[in-house]
Amino acid sequence: MMAIKERMSGNEAVAYAIKQINPDVMPAFPITPSTEIPQMVSTYIANGEIDTEFIPVESEHSAMSASIGSEAAGARTLTATSSAGLALMWEELLLAASNRMPIALALVNRTLSGPININCDHTDGMGARDTGWIQIYAENNQEVYDNFLQAYRIAEHKDVRLPIMICQDGFITSHAVENIELMEDAPVKDFVGEYCPEEYLLNPGKPVSVGPYSISNYVMEGRKNQLIALENAKQVILDVADEFAAISGRQYGLFETYKTEDADYIMLLIGSAAGTAKEAVDELREQGKKVGVLKLRVFRPFPAEELAEALKNCKAAAILDRCESYNGNGGPLGAEVTAGLYRKKIYIETVNYIYGLGGRDFTVEEAKDVFVQLEDSIENGTSVEQYQYIGLRKQEA
Amino acid sequence: MRTDINKINEHTPHTGLTEGMQIFAAGTSKLFKTGEWRNDTPVFHEDKCKQCLLCAPVCPDSSIPVKDGKRGAFDLDHCKGCGICVKACPFGAIEMKEGVE
Amino acid sequence: MSEYNFKQVMSKPERLAPGHRMCAGCGATIAVRAVLRALHEGDQAVIGNATGCLEVSSFMYPYTAWEDSYIHNAFENAGATLSGVETAYHALKKRGRLPKDQTFKFITFGGDGGTYDIGFQSLSGAMERNHDMVYVCYDNGAYMNTGIQRSSATPMFADTTTTPVGSQSNGKMQNRKDLASIIADHDVPYVGQTTFLGNFADLHKKAEKAIYTEGAAFLNIMTPCPRGWRYETSDIMKICKLAVDTCYWPMFEVEHGKWRLTYEPKKKLPIEDFLREQGRFKHLFKPGNEDLIAQFQAEVDRRWEDLLYKCAR
Repeated sequence: MMAIKERMSGNEAVAYAIKQINPDVMPAFPITPSTEIPQMVSTYIANGEIDTEFIPVESEHSAMSASIGSEAAGARTLTATSSAGLALMWEELLLAASNRMPIALALVNRTLSGPININCDHTDGMGARDTGWIQIYAENNQEVYDNFLQAYRIAEHKDVRLPIMICQDGFITSHAVENIELMEDAPVKDFVGEYCPEEYLLNPGKPVSVGPYSISNYVMEGRKNQLIALENAKQVILDVADEFAAISGRQYGLFETYKTEDADYIMLLIGSAAGTAKEAVDELREQGKKVGVLKLRVFRPFPAEELAEALKNCKAAAILDRCESYNGNGGPLGAEVTAGLYRKKIYIETVNYIYGLGGRDFTVEEAKDVFVQLEDSIENGTSVEQYQYIGLRKQEA
Repeated sequence: MRTDINKINEHTPHTGLTEGMQIFAAGTSKLFKTGEWRNDTPVFHEDKCKQCLLCAPVCPDSSIPVKDGKRGAFDLDHCKGCGICVKACPFGAIEMKEGVE
Repeated sequence: MSEYNFKQVMSKPERLAPGHRMCAGCGATIAVRAVLRALHEGDQAVIGNATGCLEVSSFMYPYTAWEDSYIHNAFENAGATLSGVETAYHALKKRGRLPKDQTFKFITFGGDGGTYDIGFQSLSGAMERNHDMVYVCYDNGAYMNTGIQRSSATPMFADTTTTPVGSQSNGKMQNRKDLASIIADHDVPYVGQTTFLGNFADLHKKAEKAIYTEGAAFLNIMTPCPRGWRYETSDIMKICKLAVDTCYWPMFEVEHGKWRLTYEPKKKLPIEDFLREQGRFKHLFKPGNEDLIAQFQAEVDRRWEDLLYKCAR
């Protein structure tokens, strides 16, 4: 298979994937840093390169509402957003999932107000973690492109039929131009395939009713079915990844491990900061330190057992959250990973770090300091704050 | 995958519910008999009826069937006994009787 | 548009099944039935619905009262939801996934809460984008589903549960919003305001125009609520007649910017005649409250004059 070598930003990569898929309908409302995606799609449409129907809705709430209408009607649908846009959609995210609508959403992660700030952290995506969506995060433009190409195959799978968020870090990934390998159009079309739902609003002679009121007797059973579908997504994600590897040569899993096999200390994190962490690992490995990185790709469904298994042989793990959850006890990733370890009866040391809020830099030096701290706690018994901020300015003594 | 709602009730396990709680069928509410709500019952005096049909559109419960320009008997399985049709009839052909028939 | 043949129209297959859980005597389902009768036989429809009485009563799992495809999404987004469905229709047609001879029409229903208030933005967006759909507001002048709270469609002085009448209160202090005019000012192809009268000719013709005029259309239908307005359930037709004969609820349409009265009372009745029938206005008839009725009358007159002016233009 011929690969096309290009240079483009993460937003361009997603827009290019959309162009290759040529979905049926895209309702969207602009918000930094995802605005370029609907702009580029609109330009493709204006130039006749695709014939997707674009709906310039008047808000993100309406973007997701129209997406649900369109998907329920039988059309392959997507939207894109960030930050407050995703927050405004929140009610509708739950409905997209509970109605079992395999919508794709290109999420360009940005912090939430206040203060208003346009830069990256994962507050938006993490705020939507319990809405029933599949969430797949990317480290760079290549991954977000590849993830988007796999999105509909996962979401529309008959065992799943759930909406999917393809996430990338705002500005860091969305606007940074990097090398990328694109696939040719024909294999993409073959891989993604046509959308042929069995039941939909516009199926002639076969009316359906969507979105009931339900008495209490059905609500728990309905939720259970939704959960089963989300759990099914795990295997489907792996199967689709294998198929994708066969045509692209790039293999994905639920997470990526980097030099973790013999590692005593592992840093677990999501998104673009994994690049920084890997650099720190390389430098420390040169000094003979047994350190590694675990980059989580699939946050929903949460691979709790697989993560616990991957961490069980290390002495200590740093779990990095690019999000404050205001529970006074750590971030969402920290909470979920440690719960997973506990349930598997794996009692390794963990420290939960909060980093990179509102676009704050995360440096190789800071990543190295984290490993030093882990080692110090194990080797010297130094007490470590179990929940702490990285790079927070301290008052001069 | 069309839905047979006779197979769905308050004791159905989750495996028996429909995907996304959508109903792949139409007009299934007919199986729910709202006629049980009724306190008073309309009685149709066909002899007085001039088939003007003014009673038919005012029914909130689609309980006055019309076929080929003529109204039929009340659908008492669903009529809630609101009495709107009684007052809409210019000929006194509908009368409200106390109780459920 | 075809001539209105009442008997023929009434003989069409029913598109709203019985067995829904609306209250006895509810105006909303009378409106729904009348609107759906305007669909031409053979044409299919996708019905949208904002959260409200109609939704929770007409699709209570697993019982759906709808004979056509139906989608309820949430409270504030019936306009946006149906605009997604309508756009999908064009996409599927364009791509050959829907046979050319299959016609679907798009009609959404919302109460005044979902339409005038929480769903106003979504409605405005859908109208401005001119989707080929009809938004039908069944206006019963308060949030009835949650228990009769005031809305921006509630008339002045109405006694509601959030504007209760008391020693310091005469009910709602503000006039109702004139939503039909606001949507007409979106310059959509068709806007109609109507209610139930006689053989439903006015409602039917407006619904048919709304459905079969290309582009966005808005219908505002006054649908009395016996619980919220406090009148005998059987009196709905009398209430509607008084509403139009007092000019409280004028019947008009705006077709491609052209305003037209579709009903003019032979003799304009005093507003008391409409108010007296309803428990929510009972306090207005206490001695000493005559000025409140005069105030109500003045507002009705002002709006009626304004409408006559618009229609004469």
